[in-house]
Amino acid sequence: MAISESTREQLEQLVARYPHPRSALMPMLHLMQSLDDEVTSDGIAVCAEFAGVSAAEATAVASFYTMYKRKPVGKHHIGVCINTLCGLLGGDAVYDALSERLGVGNNEGTTDGEFFLERIECQAACTHAPVMTVDWEFMDDVTPTSAVDIVDRLARGEKVQSTRGPVIRDFQATEHTLAFPEDGLAAEGTPVDDKMLAGLRIAKERGMTAPGTGQEG
Amino acid sequence: MALTPVITEHWDDPELFTIAGYRRHGGYSALAAALKQDPDAIIGTVKDSGLRGRGGAGFPTGLKWSFVPQNDGKPHYLVVNADESEPGACKDIPIMIANPHSLIEGVIITSFAIRANHAFIYIRGEVPEAIRRVANAVREAREAGLIGRDILGSGFDLDVVVHAGAGAYICGEETALLDSLEGLRGQPRLKPPFPAVAGLYASPTVINNVETICNIPYIVGRGVEWFRQFGTEKSPGFKVFAVSGHVNRPGIYEAPLGITMRELLDYAGGMIDDRPVKFWLPGGSSVPMLTAEHLDTPMTYEAMAEAGTMLGTGTPMLFNDTVSVVKAVTRWLEFYKHESCGKCTPCREGTYWITGTLERFQEGHGSDREMEVLTDLCGQIAGRSFCALGDAAATPYPAAMKYFRDEFAAATSTPVDETFDPAASYVFSGAAAR
Amino acid sequence: MTVTSNSGPGSDVQVATDLITVVIDGVEMQVPKGTLVIRAAEQLGIEIPRFCDHPLLDPVAACRACLIEVEGMPKPQPACAQALTDGMNVKTQYASEVARLAQEGVMEFLLLNHPLDCPVCDKGGECPLQNQAMSVGRPETRFDGEKREFDKPINVSAQVLLDRERCVSCARCTRFAEQIAGDPMIELLERGAKQQVGTADDQPFDSYFSGNTVQICPVGALTSASYRFRSRPFDLVSVPTACEHCASGCSLRTDYRRGVVTRRLAWDDPQVNEEWNCDKGRFAFTYQRNGRVEHPMIRENGELRVASWPEAIDAATRGLAAARGKVGVLVGGRSTVEDAYAYARFARTALASDDIDFRVRQSSDEEAAFLAARVAGTRVSASYDGLEVAPAVLLVSLEPEDESPILFLRLRKAARGGTSVLSVGAVATDSLAKMSGRLLTARPGEEAAVLRSLDDATRSLLSQPGTVILVGERAAGSAGTLSAVAELADATGAALAWVPRRAGERSALDAGALAGLLPGGRPLEDPQAREQVAAAWGTTPADLPAENGRSGDAILRAARDGDLAALVVGGVQLTDYADPTLAEEAIGNAGFVVSLENHHSAVTERADVVLPVAVVTEKAGTFLNWEGRPRPFGQVLRDALTMGDAKVLSMVADAMGVALPGDVRSIRMELGSLGPWAGSRFQTPAVASGAGATGTVLASWRLLLDSGLMQEDEPHLAATARPTVAMASATAVAALGDTVTVTGPAGSVTLPLKVADIADDVVWVPMNSPGCHIHTDLGATPGASVRLTAGGAA
Repeated sequence: MAISESTREQLEQLVARYPHPRSALMPMLHLMQSLDDEVTSDGIAVCAEFAGVSAAEATAVASFYTMYKRKPVGKHHIGVCINTLCGLLGGDAVYDALSERLGVGNNEGTTDGEFFLERIECQAACTHAPVMTVDWEFMDDVTPTSAVDIVDRLARGEKVQSTRGPVIRDFQATEHTLAFPEDGLAAEGTPVDDKMLAGLRIAKERGMTAPGTGQEG
Repeated sequence: MALTPVITEHWDDPELFTIAGYRRHGGYSALAAALKQDPDAIIGTVKDSGLRGRGGAGFPTGLKWSFVPQNDGKPHYLVVNADESEPGACKDIPIMIANPHSLIEGVIITSFAIRANHAFIYIRGEVPEAIRRVANAVREAREAGLIGRDILGSGFDLDVVVHAGAGAYICGEETALLDSLEGLRGQPRLKPPFPAVAGLYASPTVINNVETICNIPYIVGRGVEWFRQFGTEKSPGFKVFAVSGHVNRPGIYEAPLGITMRELLDYAGGMIDDRPVKFWLPGGSSVPMLTAEHLDTPMTYEAMAEAGTMLGTGTPMLFNDTVSVVKAVTRWLEFYKHESCGKCTPCREGTYWITGTLERFQEGHGSDREMEVLTDLCGQIAGRSFCALGDAAATPYPAAMKYFRDEFAAATSTPVDETFDPAASYVFSGAAAR
Repeated sequence: MTVTSNSGPGSDVQVATDLITVVIDGVEMQVPKGTLVIRAAEQLGIEIPRFCDHPLLDPVAACRACLIEVEGMPKPQPACAQALTDGMNVKTQYASEVARLAQEGVMEFLLLNHPLDCPVCDKGGECPLQNQAMSVGRPETRFDGEKREFDKPINVSAQVLLDRERCVSCARCTRFAEQIAGDPMIELLERGAKQQVGTADDQPFDSYFSGNTVQICPVGALTSASYRFRSRPFDLVSVPTACEHCASGCSLRTDYRRGVVTRRLAWDDPQVNEEWNCDKGRFAFTYQRNGRVEHPMIRENGELRVASWPEAIDAATRGLAAARGKVGVLVGGRSTVEDAYAYARFARTALASDDIDFRVRQSSDEEAAFLAARVAGTRVSASYDGLEVAPAVLLVSLEPEDESPILFLRLRKAARGGTSVLSVGAVATDSLAKMSGRLLTARPGEEAAVLRSLDDATRSLLSQPGTVILVGERAAGSAGTLSAVAELADATGAALAWVPRRAGERSALDAGALAGLLPGGRPLEDPQAREQVAAAWGTTPADLPAENGRSGDAILRAARDGDLAALVVGGVQLTDYADPTLAEEAIGNAGFVVSLENHHSAVTERADVVLPVAVVTEKAGTFLNWEGRPRPFGQVLRDALTMGDAKVLSMVADAMGVALPGDVRSIRMELGSLGPWAGSRFQTPAVASGAGATGTVLASWRLLLDSGLMQEDEPHLAATARPTVAMASATAVAALGDTVTVTGPAGSVTLPLKVADIADDVVWVPMNSPGCHIHTDLGATPGASVRLTAGGAA
């Protein structure tokens, strides 16, 4: 596969990040997904070359991790947590609604290349159940109605803000963040929300502090 | 028992994630003090504090550090396990989003103590917000001279790399995480050798959970005595509890270890619509479930063990009486089947078999014989799989059978969705549910 | 407590091992510290079930079939990974209910998704899963769900097929590929219940050693295209044999059914091939059946016709008797010791000639002198085991993976254990990288100069005790190289071994099938040697040829020029000579040619008498491998009607009135009675370093899988061969593009051009691969000056 000079530079940066080139394999595969919306055989071969491993070894890695997709994702990846807590608290209904809205099942993309739907496992946001992700950015506390509305707004090209993160970009942009996390978006949105502050607020309301704290602020 | 915000104390400052915000609240003062100490003294302090790993296993942190051979001529590594993927666990990701610099400060102090010049923060790939905030903090710390060469004139050098995973629960297992970080499939390694002796790149490596590392600046900065005033003898300190499920105010509640679920539930506003607690899990799906009768058990490592479960990640999930335990267990087993790495036979094949059988129970097609077979199968996995994922997969069914055998018996004839209306468990209703 | 052992002949290394006392199933025993439970139990005759375990692979403890109970440990432990410590009390399934239930449980899980297709599975009857399911499994399954299914089978290479639903994820194949072969082209893909063995897209498992994965697969998941569905193991007759392909000297097992060989397996020989062999040795045996010379033939009125044996023997006798004293003998490099001995004795007695040579390839007088001085009749000095403990191994004009693949595997193992591998050659190959080797770059033709100017660091590395120098047969093509190698060995004290490519070269050398050399390395001109040999041969020293005869090249020239009247040619492919035209002219001009052959060839076409001879499966014999280690083998096909070369020669000799033993047993006794030679030896040659040709020079060797005749009719094997490409430096490729035309004196070849770590003025092409046969196509040998032009523009 012919790669651009910029891609080569980025691959070299990733290799240089680690004491051993092979450690760069995972970020390199993320980078491939930021160039294409999937990990192609050619992409794997490129990563293998830079990581100093065989194509089979790189394929083994690419196929082990669920975030690496071996078919095109399209513009937006839509995840719905269907693990026990989110699923039973409403994630199942959210998934059904989205599946109906998009006309696709699990791990399938829409024919227009706009959306890819996936039943995802626990997203470490159980306090915000049911949880949905768009391009892996949090869309917390969704309902079937709000979830469909998010998709509708994305489909119309409207701005959609992650509940705890930046304005939604697209799948490939997020994948670039995973390869190069300093994406300049750390100050975007309001990532620390009411639920993350639930205990702190009660403590403040009720005047509870940990002994020995509070002196610096 | 009162809430004690320590790690979460300043989360309501929207600038906390920046180095300026963190410093405004005293951040990095522990680091400055630590760099003036003997590294062994820091290890001693952490040992004396009795801090236990917050990732689930509860192994004494200082002891883990002391296993690293010193003056062995090999590079040492610190690897932060930020692969929070345990169903129900949602406390490390909020910490990294709200207060990434507390993690970075802990990383620098820990690396200094174990003589590591290279630290990696392995964050699961599905949470770009946590990844970008930690990476931003690393950048700021580097620009402030807190990461890099000769930190604060101490002569100590440290590089910190933020590494994004790509979707594999098994990478929370520390040796699988190391393989993953080395660019391999995340499958657990044969032990011995243990990571403290031959970990990342076959060099001595300490692997700690995010919350564990976040405790370090406080312990080093405020001392063992201060730390030990929280919690119990065997479970000292405070804990970032994440309460989720059918509660009115799910969220983060930081309190001393030893607080009870009932107290936490009270802070969380009680159960939705005042429905009863049917079952709850103190720390992730890998620990056995408890029932309402255990609400007054202290949330400590020892008391939870006595109750037949584990504190785990300390992130309780509570389910009310609308929930089918058969469905809950089936869903967890589907998770373990999906996440089984495939390396060992009991976990790979066992989760395949159990899940298929449970799915038939869910449809009302279980049988008495299969209830017994399932018990057998869990016994054939537990203690015989390569790593703890197999043990975890063998946990939900026997635990559920202990309290809810009747529900499995009912599922031999009636689909669970007929016995339990799924919609009744939803946290939204009416128009929102369409 | 310690135990000491000598680690080989001539070695004074003492290996001290700590012994510990352990108890297994109530039996107390002593084992070296660190011994794995599963190995110790084997010593007691206790068989613990296992799938992923393999003694030559690193433990993974993945299958969990071998769980046993260790006193004091809360959970059952894998016997394959549990190292014994002093006082450890182990209970296997025979003494522990915990272990028995654990093993039963794992077996039940293993069978869960395994298809019940044993009746149609190749492994059925010799299947570890089947056997162990019978011994530790439940009689009936409790699983009534749906089994995992896959499309079947898939080709992981043209030769190796995979039925994924049978796989138990033991990872033996993938670990073999990565750890042993260094070819990680198969891997475990996906995860969990979907985990499966596979390759990268469009990159098949074209490893020279792929067949081993079929053999070590503990289920029927991996099968070979050549054997799949051919037979049932219990219908086969198995015979231990030795491989006839190269000088590695692998022990094999040959299986046949109703007079037809169906497959060959690597046999367990810890001192030589361990449990491995290469794909050529495993799969290339169809040649034994096809294209055979079936009947004696004689030339009559210019035409060959089928003749009876008495007719043919009579014709040969008449022709040779007439030419007695003026007959050259060319013995191919694939004869057994016994056959080569028959040629050697036949030449010196019946033909009264010392014009004999086995080197059907580029050769030199320097080489003949080197072999006579340093190799012929010597005992094992450098061994496979010695490589593993060698601090350093120097390779000279030797590409082990292509030219002696099992030597390559052992060198790789040695390198993984810390041995430094150095190679004097033109190309830093991928294969060298697999041995973590370092190239000492030598332009072809200039190897001697490189050897004679090694830097001090390298010389001191090579001066460490235990160092080994391995020189390949191609050294003959580069003046001074063998002289320089001998000088270096003498200067450093390193052991020296010559590694020819063919299985029979060392055999023929030691049997005396080289001018000037009688059996056992005895100089023809040494009176004591003549005495001994004459006595053994029932003749007098005076009746043996008085002077050293002609080398192979000289024989060819003499035959062409009419200085020799007849040739006896056994197992020779004319294009294998560096100058095939000379060879053809020699055969054409020789007054009388007797050809002993098993296949029709350019020689049989021109011969006056063709005498069919046996292939290896039809006779017994012995090869000497590169170590000089005898590799005896018995006759596989007992009812074969063909005769070995020795037997046929004895019939001709008999008709000429000369005694010559024709059966293997008598020859072995005769060789035994001769015994080793302790007398004078030839002088080691001292040839000056070659200067190297000007311009771009050719580097070349034979790839393991190429146009070799013995690989014929194995399309699956051939499909795994490396593609025929030329290699040049990045600079050269930048100038030439991706196709190059290489032109030599006789013509040119046009090949795809790849970049390699190689000097700018050197080009590499394969010696004898489809589309590139350098002797005939280019008229060139390694070190020759060639012309490179871009693309197809010659």
